[in-house]
Amino acid sequence: MSIEIKVPPVGESITEVVLSRWVKNDGEAVEMDEVIAELESDKATFELTAEQAGTLKIVAAEGDTLAIGAVVCQIEDGGAAAPKAAEEAAPAAQKPAADQAAAPVPERTGDSYATGTPSPSAGKILAEKGVDPASVKGTGVDGRITKEDAVSAQKAAQPAAKVEAPKAAVAAPVAGSRNERKEKMSPLRKTVAKRLVTVKNETAMLTTFNEVNMKPVMDLRGKYKDQFKEKYGVGLGFMSFFTKAVCEALKDFPSVNARIDGESVVFNDFADISIAVSAPKGLVVPVIRNAESMSLAQIEKTVIELATKARDSKLTIEEMTGGTFTITNGGVFGSMMSTPIINAPQSAILGMHNIIERPVAEKGEVVIRPMMYLALSYDHRIIDGRESVGFLVRVKQLLEDPARLLLGI
Amino acid sequence: MQYDVVVIGSGPGGYVGAIRCAQLGLKTAVIEKYKTFGGTCLNVGCIPSKALLDSSEHYHNAAHTFQTHGISLKDLKVDMPQMIARKNDVVAQNTAGIQYLFKKNKIDSFEGVGSFVDKNTIKITNNGKSETITAKHVIIATGSKPTTLPFLPIDKKRIITSTEALDINEVPKQMIVIGGGVIGLELGSVYARLGTKVSVIEFMPSLLGAMDAGLGKELQRVLKKSLGMEFFMNHKVTGATVEGEKVTVTATNAKGEELKFDAEYCIVAVGRTAYTAGLDLENIGLKTEERGNKIPVNDHLETAVPGVYAIGDVVKGAMLAHKAEDEGIYVAERIAGQKPHINYNLIPGVVYTWPEVASVGFTEEQLKEKGQQYKTGSFPFKASGRAKASMDTDGFVKVLADAKTDEILGVHMIGPRAADMIAEAVVAMEFRASAEDIARICHAHPTYTEAFKEAAMGATENRAIHI
Repeated sequence: MSIEIKVPPVGESITEVVLSRWVKNDGEAVEMDEVIAELESDKATFELTAEQAGTLKIVAAEGDTLAIGAVVCQIEDGGAAAPKAAEEAAPAAQKPAADQAAAPVPERTGDSYATGTPSPSAGKILAEKGVDPASVKGTGVDGRITKEDAVSAQKAAQPAAKVEAPKAAVAAPVAGSRNERKEKMSPLRKTVAKRLVTVKNETAMLTTFNEVNMKPVMDLRGKYKDQFKEKYGVGLGFMSFFTKAVCEALKDFPSVNARIDGESVVFNDFADISIAVSAPKGLVVPVIRNAESMSLAQIEKTVIELATKARDSKLTIEEMTGGTFTITNGGVFGSMMSTPIINAPQSAILGMHNIIERPVAEKGEVVIRPMMYLALSYDHRIIDGRESVGFLVRVKQLLEDPARLLLGI
Repeated sequence: MQYDVVVIGSGPGGYVGAIRCAQLGLKTAVIEKYKTFGGTCLNVGCIPSKALLDSSEHYHNAAHTFQTHGISLKDLKVDMPQMIARKNDVVAQNTAGIQYLFKKNKIDSFEGVGSFVDKNTIKITNNGKSETITAKHVIIATGSKPTTLPFLPIDKKRIITSTEALDINEVPKQMIVIGGGVIGLELGSVYARLGTKVSVIEFMPSLLGAMDAGLGKELQRVLKKSLGMEFFMNHKVTGATVEGEKVTVTATNAKGEELKFDAEYCIVAVGRTAYTAGLDLENIGLKTEERGNKIPVNDHLETAVPGVYAIGDVVKGAMLAHKAEDEGIYVAERIAGQKPHINYNLIPGVVYTWPEVASVGFTEEQLKEKGQQYKTGSFPFKASGRAKASMDTDGFVKVLADAKTDEILGVHMIGPRAADMIAEAVVAMEFRASAEDIARICHAHPTYTEAFKEAAMGATENRAIHI
C-alpha cells in the first residue's frame, strides 16, 4: 500500500510553500518520522517527515512552489531491504566475499578531524569572501565544506569585519570579472521586501534620537557578571537591560506599545518584545513573550534560545508571530546611527547602536564615557512627538541609573 | 604596446599562466626565446621523453614478453631514425597546439630574449633587432637548464645532457648515466629497453633520493632484473675523457678506489638549475640565490619588486611541469584580485620508468623525523588479478595514515600506470580523506587501482582482502 504525503497546514496566513531540498532520494528507503524534505514558507523552514516506513517516490521537484495540501511524494510499502538482498545474491561469485564486513559498520559521528575542511574550490571562495572556514557549517562527508557551502556562506555577523591592509603591489581590479549573477529571491526575502515597502507607504514614520551613557550598566555588569553567570548559567548581556528598560517605559507610554486596527487603536497590557536577529536566510524577528514580567536572567536565556534557533533556521511561525514592540541592534555590525523601519503592525521600534567612548560634559567637566546613540522610529499616526521623545528619554534614564529599574521610578 | 601582463617564457608555467590571464580579461603577451613554444617540457623534456619511453617499451615487450603472450615475431629490429622522427612529430603537434591556444585566447607572442629595462618595460631582442613593450605585471617563467659539473664539460656529442639524449640516432652498445634521479632513470630506461648496456652512477646510497625509500629500492631491483641495468651507488664521478667515439668516466667508490667506465655516450643527469640569463634582473634590483640561481619570491610568488612575479623551475620548490602550471594559474588569479591557494604538500611526483613510480604527501622518512605516529598499509601488485593478466606484477602501493585519525598522510606507489593512479590519492588527500574512506569507496574490478584500495584497507586496520 502506498500513501501520499501532502504539504501540511503550517500556519494561518500561509497558502503555499517552496520545496527547498530533498533530504532523501527517489527510491530510497525511509523510516517512519524520518525527515525526507525541507519546505520553506515566507516565514520559516519546515521539515517534512515520513508518515510511514517504506520506499520514497518523489512527486514534486526541488524549487517547486506547492499549495497547502498538494502532494509532495508517495511512500510505498516495503523498505528497500528486500529487493536489495535479491540483487546482491545473483552476481556475487566474481569476488571472494570481500565486502561482507563482519562487524556492523560504526556510525560516523558528526565530528572528525576533517570537519570544516574546505574543498580546494571552497577554500578559494571563502578566502575571497573573507569568511573564516571555522564559521561555515560543512554539509559534505564528515562536515567538509563543499563548494556550494562556500558559495552560500555569509560573512559572520561579528563586529570589526577585518579590513585587509591595502595591497601594496597589485593595482588590483583593472581586469576583474564583470560577470553579473541573477538569483531567485527566496520567499522570505520577497516577503521582507514587500512588507518594508508597505510600512514605508502606509505609516507616518519618523525617527527620534537620543544618547545614553552606558557606564552605569557596564559597571553593574562588570561587578555582577561572574555571580550572575554562576547562578543562572547565562551571561549578563546588554539585551536584558534594554528589554527591561523598554518594558518599564512602555508602561508609562502605552501608545508606543499599541497598534492601529482599522478605525480603532489596540492597547496591550503586556509587552511582547520582538528582537531582530540576523539569520542565514535573512532577518527574522522572534518574540520574547511577557517580557515585562521576566527577570533579567529569564530574558537572557530566552534571547539566547531564540537567536540559536534563528541561526539554525529552526524558529517556528508561532515564535515569530505577534510582538508589540521591536528592538533591533545594529551596533553588532558597527552601526553608529540609523533609522530602523517599524515592524508592522507594531507602532514603534528601538534601534541600539555601537558603544563608543566619546567626550561628554558632566557637571561642567569634559569626561570620556562609553556612549550609545538610541533611535526610536514610530508611527506618528498614533504616537505624538511628546510620547515618543518621552519614551526614549525614559529608556535613557533607566539605563543611566539602573536602580530606577528596581524601584520603578 | 601596453599590456596588462607580459609573461617571459612559454613553458608549462608561462603558457598556462598566460592563458589564464587572458581568460580573466587581461591583455597578455608571451615572450619566447626559441622558435617553438612549450619550453623544456614540450620540446626537450616531459613530452619527447614519454614518446621515446612508450616506443622503447613497445619494443621491449615485443622482444621479451610477446612470446609468453603467444605472439611470435621474426626479424624484430629497432628503427631508431623513425623512432626519433615520431618523437619529433609528437613534439611538433604539441607545440603547434600552444600556438593555436594563444591565438584562440588573443594572446600576443614575441620571439626573442626578454629583458627588463625597468619593472614595467621589457626589451625583446631577436637577431640583433630589438623592440620594447610595457606591462603592468610581469611573470618570469624562464624555467631551468640541465645542471653541469665543472669537472665534466658537456661536449653535446659524447658527454651529453637530457636534451641531446633525445636525439641519438642509433642504439649504443653501452651508455653511462650519471645521476640516479628521475631524468637519468627515464632516459637510461629508454636505451636499456632498446638493448644498450646502461650503467648508472649515483653519488647517494639510493635512487630517487627525495622519494620514499621503499620506491627507489624496488625500482632498482626491477630495473636490474628486467633491463639488466647496473647501478653503482655511493660513487663519486671525478672526470671524463672523450676519445673518438668512446667516452671514459672515472669515479671513486665508497672505499676510495678509482673505477673506469667505458661507453659510447655519457648522459649527465645530475639535476637542473634555474635559468635567468638575459633577463637583466639587475636593472630592477633583483638578485638570484647563490645556490641554484633561483629567483626569491614571497608566498604569493611575487618578487621583491611589486608587480613582478616568478613561477615554475625558476623559483623555489619542485621542478615539475604541473607545479609550474598551477603556479601560472595562481599568479594570474592573484593579479585579477582573486585568492587562490596551492597546497605544495600535495604536488605529486612521478617517474615514467616501467614500472612507473608515483608519490604524494609525506614519506615514511619524513613522518619518522616529525615524530608523527602513523599506520602503514601496503599491497603488492603480484596479488592483483589485473596485474597478473598484463604481466605487470612488480611493485606495490603503500598508504601511510595518521595512527589516531586515520587521515591519509602519504601515498607511494610503484607499479603499472602508477603515474595515472596517483591522481586518486591526490584528490583523496585534498579532501583529507581517511584510509577507511578509500577502503569504503567502490573501485572497479579488475583494475590496478584496487591495489590502492587494498593498501588503504591495510592501513585502516590491517584488513586487506586479497593478501
